[in-house]
Amino acid sequence: MVPARDALLLAAVLFALGLAGLLVRRNVIFILMSLEIMLNAAGLAFVVAGQRWGQPDGQVVFLFILTMAAAEVSVGLALVLQLYHQYKSVDVDAASRMKG
Amino acid sequence: MQLLWLVPAIPFAGALVLLVFGAALSRKAVAIVGVGTITASALISLLIAGIYLSAPPAGGAYQQYLWLWIDVGSFRPAFALYLDALSLVMMVVVTFVSALIHLYSAEFMAGDEGYSRFFGYMNLFVASMVTLLLANNLLLLYLGWEGVGLCSYLLIGFWYREPANGRAARKAFIVTRVGDTAFSVGLFLLFRDLGTLNIQDLMQRAQTNWAVGAAAAIAAAALLLGGAVGKSAQLPLQTWLPDAMAGPTPTSALIHAATMVTAGVYLIARTHVLFALAPPVQFAVAAIGAITLLMAGCSALTQNDIKRVLAYSTISQIGYMFLALGVGAWGAAIFHFMTHAFFKALLFLAAGIVIEALHEEHNIFRMGGLYRELPIAFWVFLAGGCALSGLPLISAGYFSKDQIIWSAGASAIGGMGFWAVALVGVLLTSLYTFRLIFVVFFGEPHTPVSRRPGLAMVVPAVVLAVLSVIGGYDRGPFMSFMSKALPGFVAVPGSGVAENVSSAIAAAAFLAGLLGAWFVYLRQPSVAELLVANRAGSALHKFWFADWGMDWLYDHVFVRPVVWITWANRNDILDSIYDGIAALAALSWRGLSLTETGKLRWYAMGIAAGTVIFVAMVMFL
Repeated sequence: MVPARDALLLAAVLFALGLAGLLVRRNVIFILMSLEIMLNAAGLAFVVAGQRWGQPDGQVVFLFILTMAAAEVSVGLALVLQLYHQYKSVDVDAASRMKG
Repeated sequence: MQLLWLVPAIPFAGALVLLVFGAALSRKAVAIVGVGTITASALISLLIAGIYLSAPPAGGAYQQYLWLWIDVGSFRPAFALYLDALSLVMMVVVTFVSALIHLYSAEFMAGDEGYSRFFGYMNLFVASMVTLLLANNLLLLYLGWEGVGLCSYLLIGFWYREPANGRAARKAFIVTRVGDTAFSVGLFLLFRDLGTLNIQDLMQRAQTNWAVGAAAAIAAAALLLGGAVGKSAQLPLQTWLPDAMAGPTPTSALIHAATMVTAGVYLIARTHVLFALAPPVQFAVAAIGAITLLMAGCSALTQNDIKRVLAYSTISQIGYMFLALGVGAWGAAIFHFMTHAFFKALLFLAAGIVIEALHEEHNIFRMGGLYRELPIAFWVFLAGGCALSGLPLISAGYFSKDQIIWSAGASAIGGMGFWAVALVGVLLTSLYTFRLIFVVFFGEPHTPVSRRPGLAMVVPAVVLAVLSVIGGYDRGPFMSFMSKALPGFVAVPGSGVAENVSSAIAAAAFLAGLLGAWFVYLRQPSVAELLVANRAGSALHKFWFADWGMDWLYDHVFVRPVVWITWANRNDILDSIYDGIAALAALSWRGLSLTETGKLRWYAMGIAAGTVIFVAMVMFL
């Protein structure tokens, strides 16, 4: 049995890693991957919480998160294809024409 | 008597027809509608006068209630007409003179564009004026009061292509507005203190609630006097009338001589109870009248424009009416109103004939010798001029003015000072009138006559000339008729001079003026030049020519400071607050739009930072 405290700490570290990757990377593929890591960190926190209280709800929510992540990635990859089609590049900063 | 409502209603209907459909009507139809409605109105008012005289209504007054106008709590002014001896005389004179002047204008204005507009305004004026005279409450009177002011403005600026005419119209409107504001404040005061605006109730309540000399009575009377002074062009608001001569001559005859400018006299006579309760104000009325008649008489002496001479003479004659009102000779004031309406309208009509005959020539020194060329104009002008200056025993003006002069000396309010001023006024009147007649109709002709008046212009002038001569013979019956509506004149025994002595001195003053004018302007024209040759003479001439510098004074005291303030505040200080708010919004927009970089990772950073801040706030605060 892993203590909840340690598991949550792991989730937080994963989330921070994902966020850092999101902010630092310019390659849009890596950004999407960082996003996935953050989602999974959140999912891990749910599972840990469910285990801590002895409830199945945490795992149910994780299933929802998986579904949502699959849908998000499909839309995200479609956008990546369009981005590449337009700019011949996967650098997100290339797509910055819409500014104030 | 039931027809009374038609007297204002018919001209109003005529005005509506002319102003709405005027452009579609032929000139002939316009003239028929314009002149016909006023003539019908005049005939009806004559009929009503006949009925009134043969079968006087109970209490000397007939009331016709038309409909409730406003119904707010205890404030219930109605459209209701009130006909007593005072309003009857005013109504008959106004509609009758209007009908004659409308007939005259049908020919006078024939060559002008805006024919239907002119008659529309004129009809609207008559409707408003009759409403003013017949109103049974002060609010309805105020409606008519503003209506005539509006028509006066519209008609002064009738030839609107000339910027000077527009300026004159605005000046007339703004200057009278000063008085009208005082009048409306007076109405508020009366309603607050006495709880009604019905004139008869108001007079009764004033008498029971206020003592003689009460502060409220003095304030109310002074405010009403302010309105009267503005409308009747008396000191200190007289400056608009001479400039009002920019309008067409029939307008000057009708509005700025015979009818509208006497509305102030009517207002004071109508609310005479209030003025009797405020002796200082009544004294002010007499003083204003006396000073105005002298000042305007002097100014009239120096003018070159034939219509401006007549305008100053109107101011001066209304000064006589104010003097009569002030000394309590109410009947004499109304009598002088009537004769003045006849002869002053006549003088303007005759002047119009002369002006049109000489191609819009207004300068009297470029006229001359018209005695042979325009005999009819000469004779009617002579009849009017004699009435104006008071030719003894023959003309109407003599009888009416004579009464005022004697009353000024014999009244408790007046005194020998007022009597002397009124006599000097006679001398001045006679001087400037015969100056006008001698310069215009005698001497060498300077401009050839190009047009002779037709029948429609001659007939009204002749009718008015006859009235100017015979209109004063019925003084006794007129006074006893007036005493039904107005208190009689109370002479203080032993004060002033005997009536016939006063008359004789007035006659002498008239003769002196006549001889003086004859000597200076016909016998020895060089004397006139000699008078203005030295420095004092020419300075005085300039001073009087500019109406005692009143325009200059008002320009410097009121107009220029206001213009300067608007110039200094041309950026509008109050507006800058709102400008500042707008600038702040624009600034923050500029700042915030910098954060909209289009870079996705910056947005993600923003979201993350925001989340961190919020979570920190929840945890630590």
